Parts: sequence; C-alpha cells; structure tokens
Amino acid sequence: MKKKLGSTLILILSTFFVLAGCFGGGTTKEPASNDSGKPSDETEETAPKVLRLNNSSEPGSLHPGTAQGTHDSWILEHAFEGLTKKTQEGEIIPGMAEEWETSEDGLTWTFHLRDGIHWSNGEQVTAADFEYAWKYALNPESASTYAYQLYYLEGGQEFNEGKAGEDKVGVTATDEKTLEVKLAQPTPYFLDLTSFYTYYPINQKVQEANPEWYQEADTYVSNGAFKLTEWKHKESIKLAKNEHYYEQDKINLDEVHFVIIDDENTAWQMYQAGELDLVYPLPQDVQGQLMANNDPEFVAGPDLSVYYYNINNNVKPFNNPKVRKALSMAIERQTIVDHVAQGGQPPAYSVVPPGIPDVNGDYQENTGKLFEENLDEAKKLLEEGLAEEGMDQIPNFTLTYNTSEGHKAIAEAVQEMWRKNLGIEMTLENVEFQVKLDREKAGDYTISRAGWVGDYVDPMTFMDLWVTDGPYNDADWSNAEYDKLVQTAKTTMDQEVRMKAMHDAEKILMDEMPILPIYFYTKPFTVKPNVTGIYTPINRYPQFIYADIE
Amino acid sequence: MFNYSLKRICLALVTLWVIITLTFLLMHSIPGNPFAQEGSMPKAVYDNLQSYYNLDKPLLTQYGLYLQSLLQLDFGPSLKSSSISVNDYIKNGFPISLHLGAQAMVIAITFGLIFGVIASLNRNKWPDYVAMVLAIIGISVPNFILATILINYLAVEWQLFPVATWKSWSHTVLPSIALAMMPMAYIARLMRSSMLEVLSQDYILTAKSKGLSRYSVIFKHAIRNAMLPIVTVLGILIANLVTGSFIIESIFGIPGMGEMFVKGIFNRDYPVILGSTIFYSAILIFLILIVDLAYTWIDPRIKVPGGRK
Repeated sequence: MKKKLGSTLILILSTFFVLAGCFGGGTTKEPASNDSGKPSDETEETAPKVLRLNNSSEPGSLHPGTAQGTHDSWILEHAFEGLTKKTQEGEIIPGMAEEWETSEDGLTWTFHLRDGIHWSNGEQVTAADFEYAWKYALNPESASTYAYQLYYLEGGQEFNEGKAGEDKVGVTATDEKTLEVKLAQPTPYFLDLTSFYTYYPINQKVQEANPEWYQEADTYVSNGAFKLTEWKHKESIKLAKNEHYYEQDKINLDEVHFVIIDDENTAWQMYQAGELDLVYPLPQDVQGQLMANNDPEFVAGPDLSVYYYNINNNVKPFNNPKVRKALSMAIERQTIVDHVAQGGQPPAYSVVPPGIPDVNGDYQENTGKLFEENLDEAKKLLEEGLAEEGMDQIPNFTLTYNTSEGHKAIAEAVQEMWRKNLGIEMTLENVEFQVKLDREKAGDYTISRAGWVGDYVDPMTFMDLWVTDGPYNDADWSNAEYDKLVQTAKTTMDQEVRMKAMHDAEKILMDEMPILPIYFYTKPFTVKPNVTGIYTPINRYPQFIYADIE
Repeated sequence: MFNYSLKRICLALVTLWVIITLTFLLMHSIPGNPFAQEGSMPKAVYDNLQSYYNLDKPLLTQYGLYLQSLLQLDFGPSLKSSSISVNDYIKNGFPISLHLGAQAMVIAITFGLIFGVIASLNRNKWPDYVAMVLAIIGISVPNFILATILINYLAVEWQLFPVATWKSWSHTVLPSIALAMMPMAYIARLMRSSMLEVLSQDYILTAKSKGLSRYSVIFKHAIRNAMLPIVTVLGILIANLVTGSFIIESIFGIPGMGEMFVKGIFNRDYPVILGSTIFYSAILIFLILIVDLAYTWIDPRIKVPGGRK
C-alpha cells in the first residue's frame, strides 16, 4: 500500500510535468524579446512590415451582413471596401465605385464600379455582389442585427419584416458594373452609409458554396486592402496585404497582427514592453497620465458619441423643465473631463458632437454653447421649479449607472457637485448593464447614465433619438415643435433647411433639458513613433490602411 | 465496490440533470436578453433573431430542444460569436485551461507540501514563520494583484518573460505562478497542521523508539498519513483550476474557457451559460467521485458498502 501511494503520486506529478513540457518545448528558453523585437530594427529592406495591435474582444461575426460592433468592424474595415470610403478629414471618396449620380428627387442613386477590382481569391467584384450582400443582410432568415441600416432602401424594411418579397428591395445590378439603388425617402447622408460595413459586398459564389466561409481564415474572401490569413479564435487574428487590391501600391504594411486581449491594462503593458505598436482603448488612469505629460505617442482621436444622463420626465419634480435645467447648470463639466474622465473630452453643452459638417463649417461649432453653467441661476430655477410643483425640496432620488469604475467616478463627482452646489442629496446605484437597459425601457428609474454613438455622420443620428415615443427616448420626453422640426429635416434634401431645422430642434432640446449632456467622447490611443499614416475618421477606429513602419 | 461505483455514477447523472434544469430556469428568469443593446432595435430585427435561435418558442419546447441536442453532445451556438459554437469554446478553451491549471497545480502541490513540511518540522522557529507568512500573503493577496505585479516587474521592467498571450512555454510561466499562489498557500497551511497532528501520534513515537532514522520516520510514516486531508481538497482545487480562472485568463489574454463563466452571464448568452455550467458540474462531480473512490484505496480504514471486507 505504501508503495502504491508513492508511485501514484510520482505518476501524477510526472504527468503534470510532461503536460507542461510538451507545450512549446520547455527546455529551450524563448527570450521574451523574440516576440517584442521591433520590426523597425531590421535594416534589411526585405523584412516584412508588421503592425501589431489589440482587438479587445473576439469578433462576434466577420460577415459584413451580420457584423455589429467595433470588435467586428475594425477588422472588416480593413478587409473589405464599400462603394465609397473615407479620408482622414471624413470626406467621402470613391471606393469600389468610381462615380455615381443621383436623381433630382434624391431617391435614385446609380453607382458605377471601377475597373480592375477583385476579391482576394482573384474573382472580379461585380455589382451583383453588392445587390446580393444587401439582400442577404435584409433577409429575415439571416437574423442580422444591423439589417436596419439598410431600411433606407425602398422595400428594405418590408422585406426584413417578412411583409414583402426580396424582389421589391430597391437595389438592382443593371449590369456587371452598374448598381441602381432606390431609396424609400430622400436621405442626404446615404453616401456616408455606403462606406459603412453593412453596405459592403460579399462574394456571391463563395457565400452560396459555403455559407460558413466567414468563420475561418482559410475560407475567408474579401475585397479590401487586406485579407484574413489566420484566425485563432479568441486568441489572435492576422491580416496580410491583399495582392488583388486595386490600389495595392499605396499599401505599405505587409501584415497586421491582432492579439485578442480584453484587459486594457495588459494591452497597455504589452505596448510598454514593445509587444504592440498601437493600443486602443487605454486604461483611464493611463490616459490621464499621458495627457498630463503631453506624451508624444498619445493621440485623442475624435469620436461621434455623447455621454449623458437620462432624466425620467414622468417622475416629479423632474417633469419640470426648470428643475432639469437647474441640475444641468450645476454640473461642472470641465472638472469632470479634466480630473475624472481624463481623455481630453470636450465638455458637452449640446448633444451633437463635433466633427459633423454643417452647410458651412462644423455643426457643433456653429451650435456653440446652448446653456451656461451658472450656480446662481441654477439655484433660482430649482426654487421656481419646485414651487411650481408644490414642493419645497427634491426628495431623495437615485442615479443609476451600469457597473464600471469610470461611470462610478463620474456619478460620484456629479453627486458631490449637486450636493455642494444645490444642496441636493441623492443615492448612487450600480446595476448590471442588462438590468439598466431593462429598467430604462420600463421607465423604472429616476436618472440613469447613458451614451449614444452615432450610426452615420449627420446630426440626425442624434436628433431623432428624442422624438415623441422614439424607441430610444428613455427620458419619455415629448415636444410637438421638436418633432415637427425633426420631421422637416428628415423629408428635405435642402441642406440649409435641414441643418437649420436641426439647430432649432437642438435649441428646444437644451431649453427643456430632458437629458443632461456631460461630455463628448474621444478615442484616446497610443501609437509608437515609428508608425506613420494612422488616421481616425470621426466614427471609425484608428485606420491603418495607409500606415507605414519606418 | 462495483455496485457502489455504479450507484454513484447514476446519482451523478441525476445531479447533473437537476443542475441543467435549475440553470435553465434561473437563466431565463433573470432580467435582460441576449440581444439587448444600448439603443433601439427595430422589432422585426429582434423577432428575426429570436426565431433564428428558437427563443420565440415556449420555454418548455426550448428546454426539450436543448436536452435533445445535449444528448447528441451538442451544446448549441454562441449567441454572441457566430464563428464559434459552445462546443468550440470547450474544445479550444479546455485544453488551454487544463494545461495552465495543471502547471499551477504542480507548482501548488510541490511547493505547498515542501513549505508545509518544513514549517511543521521547525515549529515556532524561523523557517516556520517564513513559510507561514508566505502562506498568509498567498491567501490574502488577490491573484489579479499578484498577476499585475508579476507582469510589471518580470515582463515590463526586466523583460524576462512576455507580458501576455499564449504562444510558447515562456508565455505560460507568469500565469501559472499567479494562479498557483493561492492553492499553494492553502496546501502549505493544511499540510503544516496535518503534519503537526500526525507527529504527535503514538505510532510516530513507536517508530522513533524502534530506532528508525529521522528520514524514514518523516517520509515513510508522517508525510504519508498527513497527506489524507490534502487529497480531500484536491478534487475541488483541481476542478477549479482546470476549468480556468476568468481573472487570470483575462489579464494574461489566455484563450481558455474561464471567460465563458463570466461573459456568458453578462451577455445572457444562454447556450454558453448552460454549456459552461454543465461542463464544470460534470468535472466537479467526476473529481469528487474519484476522490471518494481514492479514499478507500489510500486509507484501508475507510470502507464502502459492498466493498472488499
């Protein structure tokens, strides 16, 4: 018996050691620097140029039709190309389409594809591939979340709802190179949408032969500057220059290696150890440090999103605009941005973020500050508002946010500001993200933290959030004048009329203050000095199509 | 013995079925749904998703469908990652978590036993204090702090090991150490107290008075008997280690199966929640069964009904 036990233990232990040893050769010490050797150190010109980044989660889907979210799109945007694409300045330039024209009523768009465009398997990209892809995404059986991005097409929504057939959808390839698109209503920002990933083409032959083509690298076919060469699920993704891309002489990188790391601190430490060339997103305290030190590797890219608090407009006394405005005026936004959020965010005194073109200049710049932080005024408004509601003070209420250190810090700052500036007491409550969404939809909250990322570069992506009974109008606010202005902006192609209507609507919104804007997000990232040519269009992750490593 | 084992295996299957049913019910009764997102989703899109994943069917039908596919060992799709099924999650993730867990276990058992024995043999002298202070640190310092410290010094400052990811053996060193610390400290403390108890037994005195060497008293008599409580906890420790640690795997960017447990719930990814629960339960039940059977074999004093007389 004694011997048995001894030998069993030895057996167990040795099994463990064998297990440990059989992986990657335990005896040969692999120097850490092997992995972190900078490609730029290579003097030979033939050394491949490899850009190394982190994607913070396994992509949900790398199929343009069913992709949603930034973990998918960062890769898709480099593997695929739509009819149009975006420059550094956000200007829309020809992509797969060489030119296009639109009918006078703005309903019919005709795109002409350029010559010499190919899939990564060498086949030609045709107009039919676009028609097929858009209809695929709209097909109810595809169960695509972003199908609604294609509701702008005539018959698109009806097809997705199962009310009309595929042939009623307003997209037709009239020949190999011509795509005719019919819209349900005039959409001034339609061209912007054609650069969005739900509008990318898919190779019809590949999709029909193997519906699971997009799940592994060896069956993956795309039409962009890079092709997918390796995908170790939940571990890493490799892209390589696509030799069939029409502008391949402009592409300097040979390969792009993504690691899938969801811990921001780890990604940052890998960057510090030289294992990554670009890191986004960064841990909040690191952002603050880099900002404070004016670190040359730090970039606060623009972002198309706003951080705000919903106010439940059905709860007394918050149904009173004066009370809501008082709360808004008593938040010191610059302090929050400088000391809490720490990512160089612009404080928000309106809801549409900077970076969207107006008729002339920048939309947000033209808007300016729609209200002031003013403590005396805030106190006065609060008193008046409470009197109108027949109350003498605000009863204790709760501010709800989804669990996150960042949201917590901001909520605590706001709590303190309201306590100090207005003498209001309130309770903070963190709930799981899913629970927060449920409760917002049910109206079971008083004030809740929220954020909105624009779907396309036009103020409308923010303005139509607060129309009466809108699906995302969690504040449950309603204003007939606002609704009318938004409707005006939605139904005309005249940019001057549209923009004016939206400016007016935004003024009403900030006058009534159903939500409290806090700041506009930024995209803070770091990039090594030897990497050039990275740019960040407003609603995209850092783009590296034209990047180079010196 | 055979009858006993058969009975235990049947009982294990019933336990598993109860766990599946309870998890299924609980999972569907918590707020939220897999497709919730900040922002609006047109009703048609939501309906399409629901029907694609059979979530529009009555709960009982869904339960039946799930059990049916489970019998074919199919854990279903992940609702969040269309490129990998729950089977892939386990197939890809488990070997990695197992490897990491096994390495951590080797470190934990080896050093845990050594520290425990050294401490008990030098009771209330400095080696005892050193070993026990280390053990207390090991138990009280959370492993994510330890992991961060290891990365900061061994990887970023001194560049001895890579920071993260799972590519070569050198990538496995830091996470194994970080993961091993707590069970090691636990084993060390358990071993110390167990050894002290054994050393005060009469048979040790007998062995000494018979003139056996110190070496053979300790190694042949004391350690062997002091090991029994360690075997008891090993089942649970191993089950926890080999099914992956969410925190360690997330910090080191290791594609193991630890994240299934946490992210599955967070995303309300129903098949992932069920798959991870079932898999973990099965492993735990299996290991407890092994431990129970192993007792009778290690310690002849323990008898099972129907076992050898």
